[in-house]
Amino acid sequence: MPNREKVIFEYSQPGRGASDQWPQEVAPAALADLPAKLRRGRAPALPEVGELEAVRHFTRLSQLNFSIDTHFYPLGSCTMKYNPKACNQYAMLPQFLARHPLAPESHGQGFLACMYELQEMLKEVTGMQGVALSPMAGAHGEFVGVAMIRAYHRARGDLKRNEIIVPEAAHGTNPATATMCGCVVREIPVNASGDVDLAALKAAVGPNTAGIMLTNPSTLGVFERGIEEVARVVHEAGGLLYYDGANLNAILGKVRPGDMGFDCLHMNLHKTFSTPHGGGGPGAGAVGVGARLLPFLPIPVVGKDGERYRWLGEADLPQSIGRLSAFMGNAGVLLRAYIYMRLLGRDGMRAVGEYATLNANYLLKRLRDAGFEAAYPERRASHEFIVTLKRQARELNVTAMDFAKRLLDLGFHAPTTYFPLLVPECLLIEPTETESKDVLDAFVTAMSQIQKEAQQEPERVRTAPHTMPVRRLDDVRAARHLDLTWTPTTQP
Amino acid sequence: MAFIPHTAADVAAMLATIGARGIEDLFEEIPPALRVGSLPGVPEGLNEMQVGRLMSERAALDGMPLSFIGAGAYEHHIPAAVWAITTRGEFYSAYTPYQAEASQGTLQMIYEFQTMIARLTGMEVANASMYDGASATAEAALMAVRANRKSKSARILVPTTLHPHYRRVAVAMASNQGLRFEELPYCTVEGVTLPASLGKYQGEDLTALVIQQPNFFGRLEDVDALTDWAHQRGVLVIAVVNPTSLSLLKPPGEWGRRGADIAVGEGQPLGVPLSSGGPYLGFMTTRMEYVRQMPGRIVGRTLDAAGREGFTLTLQAREQHIRRAKATSNICTNQGLLMTAATIYLSLMGPQGLERTAAAAHARSRELLAALTRVPGVRPAFSGPCFHETVLLLDRPVAPVLKALAARGILGGLDLAPYYPELGPALLVCATETKTAADIERYRASLSEAMQAARAA
Amino acid sequence: MSNVPADLKYTKSHEWVRSLADGTVEIGITDHAQHALGDMVFVEVPEAGRTVRADEPCAVVESVKAASDVYAPLAGEITAGNSKLADAPETVNSDPYGEGWLMRLRPAAGALAAAGLLSAADYSQVLAAEGG
Repeated sequence: MPNREKVIFEYSQPGRGASDQWPQEVAPAALADLPAKLRRGRAPALPEVGELEAVRHFTRLSQLNFSIDTHFYPLGSCTMKYNPKACNQYAMLPQFLARHPLAPESHGQGFLACMYELQEMLKEVTGMQGVALSPMAGAHGEFVGVAMIRAYHRARGDLKRNEIIVPEAAHGTNPATATMCGCVVREIPVNASGDVDLAALKAAVGPNTAGIMLTNPSTLGVFERGIEEVARVVHEAGGLLYYDGANLNAILGKVRPGDMGFDCLHMNLHKTFSTPHGGGGPGAGAVGVGARLLPFLPIPVVGKDGERYRWLGEADLPQSIGRLSAFMGNAGVLLRAYIYMRLLGRDGMRAVGEYATLNANYLLKRLRDAGFEAAYPERRASHEFIVTLKRQARELNVTAMDFAKRLLDLGFHAPTTYFPLLVPECLLIEPTETESKDVLDAFVTAMSQIQKEAQQEPERVRTAPHTMPVRRLDDVRAARHLDLTWTPTTQP
Repeated sequence: MAFIPHTAADVAAMLATIGARGIEDLFEEIPPALRVGSLPGVPEGLNEMQVGRLMSERAALDGMPLSFIGAGAYEHHIPAAVWAITTRGEFYSAYTPYQAEASQGTLQMIYEFQTMIARLTGMEVANASMYDGASATAEAALMAVRANRKSKSARILVPTTLHPHYRRVAVAMASNQGLRFEELPYCTVEGVTLPASLGKYQGEDLTALVIQQPNFFGRLEDVDALTDWAHQRGVLVIAVVNPTSLSLLKPPGEWGRRGADIAVGEGQPLGVPLSSGGPYLGFMTTRMEYVRQMPGRIVGRTLDAAGREGFTLTLQAREQHIRRAKATSNICTNQGLLMTAATIYLSLMGPQGLERTAAAAHARSRELLAALTRVPGVRPAFSGPCFHETVLLLDRPVAPVLKALAARGILGGLDLAPYYPELGPALLVCATETKTAADIERYRASLSEAMQAARAA
Repeated sequence: MSNVPADLKYTKSHEWVRSLADGTVEIGITDHAQHALGDMVFVEVPEAGRTVRADEPCAVVESVKAASDVYAPLAGEITAGNSKLADAPETVNSDPYGEGWLMRLRPAAGALAAAGLLSAADYSQVLAAEGG
């Protein structure tokens, strides 16, 4: 891999610029009406570089990354499947890109048709009665879900219900979301086989229960076998069930959250429906609801009057929890998800669930045969599974972090590490359905090699990576001596 | 199908290794009653050729009308290099940079973005971006409540001249945490928030004051007076700004005597296409003193084990994956791809290009105003300078006029009747550097025809 | 094995309490806590003059992997926060019972007795039960 690249400001020279990109200058008189006291004094210190310099710099930066396009990326719970180029190409047709968010419906029937059909397809695969596309990320969708549950209880006059139950294995966004909605979090334990502790759940529900947030399969990579009972217990206590759709890839086309008893959910279109991760975003966290929560959907939602599509707003949904985005959400991401779903079709959905599960179970078996310890060996893997390296940590003083860093040297992005918090020294591994058997076999070979190194030359693993553009980074230094913007004089 | 590469031989070999007879065995833990048979509501799959045709037909249906709408999303020239590089697979299909050694490209990009945005806004530190300008504003209000130790009220003053959707989003996102948003009236003659309207809050406990510049009408607020009023009363100032305008207008870090405390805005004008409203990116900046209260991802520069410079996510202890219920927010994204585009855009435009863009947008908007107000029945709503958009008052309802223009392939602007009915028939129009004199003349002529036809009807 | 000085009192949430000659108490986090959190990057201490209830979160200790609230072991008025930690948070790691003190507090009437603080021996048992 190339050595690291300078910061762009280090290429800057006064007077340089990609002037072909700039509009013509205007006469100073054209700005004369702007009051002097509101004018900027000194120009902002943005880079002054030519176009080729900028292109080289950013191209070289891209080459410092691992990505799905270049590497196997088995991050558990992230669903790093292939992002089809077709989705990008057709979402970026010039007419779609040029359309203003406030353009009239008369000049948006093509776009709105895609959005409406996306809503319908998402309803079908999740078993829900209504879908809103505007939440801009999974966490945003979670916020919407919990807010709708609260709104539902308030509308019934049941103001005491402010507790959200969350299994201790849950992703950190779940309790954070509950707090953001003004709720109190009650954590319940998971039992040794990875299922929610039903006794603890029964003790935790009551007249203050607004709902429960669950993902199924859970963050432990196993299916919540008692889900029907969980749903019954929570519903009987007057609460609602919220489904965190992070792991939908495992059951796509095989099981529907609505059929499991969930009242609302969010989906991560950037996971299950293959929209790009983009180095951290944009996501799209579309939400789905059962009949009880339909009135509370966030606006805008796409509706259909005869053959015409139109936006449904506050007037159509007077009990909506409101507007969550300046416009209609991440339209470009939604178009990509639409294209993906049209490419897959109904049979493709089912193939996703099946092959994601096949790949995970195959990889789990091969790793176990190679001597690695599964966290839940007696369970089938869903689309992901957990390997624990606690034995290696204890006996060889080589940790999950060390394995992860050494995998980078061997050309694999590491799996998710240290999540879920319940399993010590864990790797959460999700191959996804778009990886071939060869790639999975190569990963097992790499893990076996690292295991051998851990036994024979552990220092090599503990100080990995060795061949990446940088060695391990000093996080403590980064947090103690904050260097968050570049200046010419500071050294890191 | 579904980009699944397995052959039948692969599947057989894998099942043999697992010790399962068929793929269905792998789902045996799932109660049979829960299995879904088929998905009739999902059509059969298409191949790429068929999908391409479908999407092209849908796009053609929408066409590319000549648009003069602003209202928080602005059409600007986007250099070809921006998306050519942004859609490189190494950026497009990379994940959040949690394994820093494998993500130096993304991390350095974020660091450069943070630096550019901090410099543009005149503030001390920026984060790696938020979902959009509206949610960034809501998060800024939540942040102000955390940061303003002297205030207990969680009351946020919000001008009516702040974008109507931003006001709605703030309420939807923050009132569940006890924040109370109170609207400040504006002057219907000047189209700005008058400092005098703050008089009734004289001795009150307020947590923050939001100021949008330019405001939703395109008008320029008296940011210095408003900022100083707030600071004299221990009220934090949240600036909501347009990034293109900051090349010409005084940045929030320089407002009043001490500068704004938090500055946010919509980054879409920086190299991001309109695309029906998203994905966009919100930016957020603040003083170093409040950096620990700022939500979202932040990248810091540090050293690696060999003493070389490198980049990593930092201050993560504030974030959801560590603090869980006590997190500053539940956000766990930044708009990575859009931030990449914005960083490349700002590098290609530089200070000169951005200033020329802003100046050209301002000039075209003034030309648009001059042209349209020559049409009988059209006059400006407000006195006083605007930046790159402005409000017109018509002598008849706006909606039919807009419909007539649309039939001629022109999107004339935003009808303000749903948002500011007190203004009467009002139209928010915008022209950026993308509009030529011929475009403006075409609009004027079409508007004239449409008004005449409406008058005759 | 972490260090548990015999002359201090403790809480289940890993704070220690030292009675000072002037009637105030000094409070910090234990060796076990600093070890569990890892290298400190930031410490936030309360301001003098603030009144706190027992179990009220009043300080934050932050490492790269966790940010933890510190709870007031008993009710009273804060008389001092250790301002040196702003520039040297690592002191909490290197000297958790000495220079790494977080705050001093004047107990409310009867608060010390009511706090139910643990002896060194009892706290050591808590640690043993937790597997630390």
